[in-house]
Amino acid sequence: MKRVYMDNGATTPTAPEVLEVMKPYFTDVFGNASSFHSFGREARNAITEARDSVAKLIGADDSREIVFTSGGTEADNYAIKGVAEALEKKGKHIITSSIEHHAVLHTCQYLEKKKGFEVTYLPVDEDGMVNPADVKDAIKEDTILITIMMANNEVGTIQPIVKIGEIAKEAGVTFHTDAVQAVGSIPVDVNQLNVDLLSLSGHKFNAPKGIGALYIRKGTKVAKYLHGGAQERNRRATTENVPGIVGLGKACEIALNAMDEKSAKLIALRDRLISGIEEQVDYVKLNGHRTERLPGNVNFSIRYIEGESILMKLDLEGIAASSGSACTSGSLDPSHVLLAMGLTHEVAHGSLRLTLGNYNTEEDVDRILDVLPKVVTDLRAMSPIYNG
Amino acid sequence: MEEIYLDNAATTKPYPEVVEKMKIALTTTYGNPSSLHRMGIEAEKMIKEARKNIASKLDVSDKEVYFTSGGTESNNLAIKGAVNSLKRHGKRLITSSIEHPSVLNLFKRLESEGYDVKYLQVDNEGIIDLEELKAYLNDETILVSIMGVNNETGSIQPLAEIGELLSDYDNLYFHVDGVQSFGKVDIPLSKIGIDLYSISAHKIHGSKGTGALYIKRGTRIDNLISGSKQESGIRPGTENVPGIAGFGQAVELLPSQDDKEKMYRLKELLVTRILDEIEESYLNGPKIHSGAAHIANISFAGVKGEVLIHTLERDNIYLSTGAACSSKQDTPSYVLEAMKVKPKLIEGAIRFSFAPSTTEEEVNYTVDKLKDAVKMLRKIMQR
Repeated sequence: MKRVYMDNGATTPTAPEVLEVMKPYFTDVFGNASSFHSFGREARNAITEARDSVAKLIGADDSREIVFTSGGTEADNYAIKGVAEALEKKGKHIITSSIEHHAVLHTCQYLEKKKGFEVTYLPVDEDGMVNPADVKDAIKEDTILITIMMANNEVGTIQPIVKIGEIAKEAGVTFHTDAVQAVGSIPVDVNQLNVDLLSLSGHKFNAPKGIGALYIRKGTKVAKYLHGGAQERNRRATTENVPGIVGLGKACEIALNAMDEKSAKLIALRDRLISGIEEQVDYVKLNGHRTERLPGNVNFSIRYIEGESILMKLDLEGIAASSGSACTSGSLDPSHVLLAMGLTHEVAHGSLRLTLGNYNTEEDVDRILDVLPKVVTDLRAMSPIYNG
Repeated sequence: MEEIYLDNAATTKPYPEVVEKMKIALTTTYGNPSSLHRMGIEAEKMIKEARKNIASKLDVSDKEVYFTSGGTESNNLAIKGAVNSLKRHGKRLITSSIEHPSVLNLFKRLESEGYDVKYLQVDNEGIIDLEELKAYLNDETILVSIMGVNNETGSIQPLAEIGELLSDYDNLYFHVDGVQSFGKVDIPLSKIGIDLYSISAHKIHGSKGTGALYIKRGTRIDNLISGSKQESGIRPGTENVPGIAGFGQAVELLPSQDDKEKMYRLKELLVTRILDEIEESYLNGPKIHSGAAHIANISFAGVKGEVLIHTLERDNIYLSTGAACSSKQDTPSYVLEAMKVKPKLIEGAIRFSFAPSTTEEEVNYTVDKLKDAVKMLRKIMQR
């Protein structure tokens, strides 16, 4: 049985080209990038090149605005706690949305509980979209940070970041976006978006796990998060994960070159999957915006079924999918994203997320469209509340 | 002669078995360990296995090992986490003056926030004074952080005696930066009463970007990072599965007793040959067998260490003047300063650090080339 991996929103396999460029940095050029000798220098040069590739992908003017981190969660924490610490004398109000990833939400909650900050959690509409006017209305005298994700990890809705960026700029408030799901998937340009800080993560676009980056626009005040050596221009003090960094650089290069082609392919697969499911399965509702949506994201509420039981059945068929975000999959609580979009607890429980990636094919989509309707019929047959 | 890499305290070359394991995690078991499907479960299994290996080497429970992005993060998590969790019990923090920058800079930061930090002096072998520690300890003390093995000189601290002293105090955590000691020096964590122990993969032939923190059961520390529920909520963020799997593999290949004895023999060969054959050369820090087997620090009078390592690099020999993390800064080694090494000799200090694979031939070749280099540089300096 051929396995179908359709959980690319959770993580992606490392691209063979990426692994290939990483290999020498495990074995031949394994030096500590801070060391004087040539091993160290070669590692350092590789880091510089990778930093340039990251900067290029997100349109940063200066590659020195890129700081490597251990991943998206660290980048989000660094940005939000860093700004909070740097600017707390100026004000203690932060604006975010109610559908952020936990790396952002829990960081904001931490600042509320432990550091006396006030946080406004903006609502979203039924498509999971933040209204820029709400952002504008929420800004107060003491607002020091706006943090709104670029694209939602569960439902794929792409936020009006350009408009929010304009509002933030006009108000003179630092603006951070968690672009973990967006970078590598859709065009991202920090200048066009008017963001001061942007988080990205390698393993969401075919670089390895354990590497990410934070873009910090020149002049943005952010407190240090790790204390130690002088790495990353004193901003992140630890021996650099050279293979990871090199891998991230390569993945950025590939993403930049293949962006149009990749998203056209994924959008075609996505839309076929969406219309296929809508045609073949009753009582389903597409979650998230139909067009302002990540190319690879499909998220449905399937009535009268528990999301987790669909996952189990699909897994038995060799299909890897998820009910929402992987990070919350251990918990029995319904998705905070779906609830914020106005779904009832019951409907939110029956969600299925299929996220397409570089390596998915038409055949994969065919297989889902073949298997899913049967799985749903079987499960509904056992459901006491379904009487279709 | 092929390259001779004697900078293993800065970083080590990952073992082929480690790289193989990582490749599997990068390409085959690439799932997100939090995912419920088979791909997720397979990735989770790799983490579980690595955690078990590490716990078993540390002789602790699996549930006491938490993965991080490296030694620096482990140290930051341990120290900030402990201080934030215990701050209502007091403001006194004790560390030594020769800690790694990831510990020292953090304490300086805490000092600026109003904590009362005491930096213990060390003797000329780099060992802290237990009496001084005793004098500083009081009911307000909430954290003592002492490294196991010093990264520049290999000095081994008397952790058991420190643990004994601390056992009389409540609401006090004992943190040990074990980045240079893990796998090199046996430290019975539970017996000594260590609450927090930081380790790093790339110092033991694993990959960069992965570390771990041992947190003794019952020890409560605050998070450094907020987010989802990975690592029992202590360290959120999608796990670096390849790095962790490689770490677990590297731990299986830690130096054996024979390896350690071999490294001591090589260190002895290196040090005695240098001291015998090169005039005005001095061993810094501990005596050969009182220090860790993998580190020797030697000063050459009248020579700049930095120039010396560049000269040796032409012979394909890779060394460093001290810690890689501070080697780009122009400041003299604060570690050697604390050991009262004369400023002129600090300038001429070089660190040799071995791996289990280092050979006698490499050591002899290094000493031969070193003799020539020192002779040549001294001649130039005299002109």
